[in-house]
Amino acid sequence: MEFFIQQTAAGLTSGAIYACVALGLVMIYVSTDHINFAQGEMAMFATYIAWMLIDAGVPFWLAFGLTALIAFVGGLLIQRFILKPLETAPVLALVVCFIALLSIFNALAGMIWSYTIKQFPSPFPQYDISGHGLVSVQQLGVVAVTLVMLGILTVFFRYTTLGLAMRAAAQNASSARLMGVRVSWMLALGWGLAAAIGSIAGMLVAPIVFLDPNMMTGILVYGFAGALVGGIGNPMGAVAGGFIVGVLENLVGSYIIGNELKLTFALVVVVGVLILKPAGLFGQIIVKRV
Amino acid sequence: MAAILELKGVSAWYGQIQAMFDLDLKVEQGGVTALLGANGAGKTTTLRAVCNMVRRSGGTIFDGQDISKRSTEDIVRLGVAHVPEGRGTFVALTVEENLRLAFHIRKDRAAATRDMDMVFEYFPRLKERIRQQAGTLSGGEQQMLAIARALMLAPRLMLLDEPSFGLAPLIVQEIFRILRRINEQGKVSMLIVEQNAALALELADHVYLLETGHVVTSGPSDMVRDDEALRKAYLGY
Repeated sequence: MEFFIQQTAAGLTSGAIYACVALGLVMIYVSTDHINFAQGEMAMFATYIAWMLIDAGVPFWLAFGLTALIAFVGGLLIQRFILKPLETAPVLALVVCFIALLSIFNALAGMIWSYTIKQFPSPFPQYDISGHGLVSVQQLGVVAVTLVMLGILTVFFRYTTLGLAMRAAAQNASSARLMGVRVSWMLALGWGLAAAIGSIAGMLVAPIVFLDPNMMTGILVYGFAGALVGGIGNPMGAVAGGFIVGVLENLVGSYIIGNELKLTFALVVVVGVLILKPAGLFGQIIVKRV
Repeated sequence: MAAILELKGVSAWYGQIQAMFDLDLKVEQGGVTALLGANGAGKTTTLRAVCNMVRRSGGTIFDGQDISKRSTEDIVRLGVAHVPEGRGTFVALTVEENLRLAFHIRKDRAAATRDMDMVFEYFPRLKERIRQQAGTLSGGEQQMLAIARALMLAPRLMLLDEPSFGLAPLIVQEIFRILRRINEQGKVSMLIVEQNAALALELADHVYLLETGHVVTSGPSDMVRDDEALRKAYLGY
């Protein structure tokens, strides 16, 4: 039993990280109607920037905020200069572009910072507060940051007119233009926010998995699984999905298939959800009457 | 009376194909102008040319201002509301969110809230469905929503693209009654494209008859209504 609880607690921690990555994916999806395969690599790249700042003596939380800001501007610029010319391109062209971004960021990071693993400091102390080695402050911190982000995003999309304009722009660009919405800027804003969220996920992951150019590759797959389980258009669902995938992965890994096949489990979840319940557990099924 | 909208020598293209040739057109301040003609005559293209949604040349004067080089978003913000072909419903948003979208560009919150009440007074049916996902509305309700969304922008000119398309006759009559009220009480000028010529002639004070991108004839609606030869040749009744 204790083993079970321990594995569940560990699953919740990795779930929080998957939830974070899933949030970034959902953010891009809600604001542009696309899925960004480079989300993980962009997050990794931003984390290196944070590492450089911290290495140069900037206090952690300041570096944290600065990195999120830099990532926001970076995401905005990527949309303005790389994706804007592709606004009317077919979706396959975009997919190729996202994959190109993925390998560019990966290679750039390797070139600039080399492929050797680096240690990334954690803002949270390591000691556990339950007394049984179950829950550490580190774990709670990761979960808390994820939930705070979820809260902010939910309020933003549901209760602000800017969030509403972003959703409208993604759903029906020409109709949004006729409501006076500057669609192109809404897309850029979506990219900026997604990049910022991604960078936060990266900074939360790095103390656990160590920093290297490939650190997000596996996590992105889990993030996808989480986003799909919860419903790719729903921030709340993505976070729930992230936690579900985290816990299941740990339990299935330790009881049934062994740790080597964990990543396969995530892929099975992706395929399974797409076949059985494409809208996800909490996704909105879009009804269209013609 | 001064014109609120004036097109001067407007041409428009879809790719290499020219769809509109040197069009001159006026909408009077507070007036309703109808564009009539068969499919492919260039009616929808004319509305798109006003909003810069097609490649076009020539002058567009709105309320004394040249808007021919402005972006669609800017033209909307100046007070031109376009109710597009196909209604442009945001299907995954609720009815309320569809309308509240206008708050994004409106600085006058209090006035916008009043406009929302006014819109519900015009379309009580939308108020009943306020929390419903807009994609689940019937065709007629979605047309009402499209007009309501346009009204939320507090426009001075509305461009209406076939508001009767695909709707039952009773609903069409209801919508046209409301359009008349919007024109008379709300002081909104209109440029309306219609297949249903009889209805449009009732609402409009001026008519332009289009054929393959050219104006065949234009004048007060009474003139067109009374000219039997013209009616039979171009409007089929």
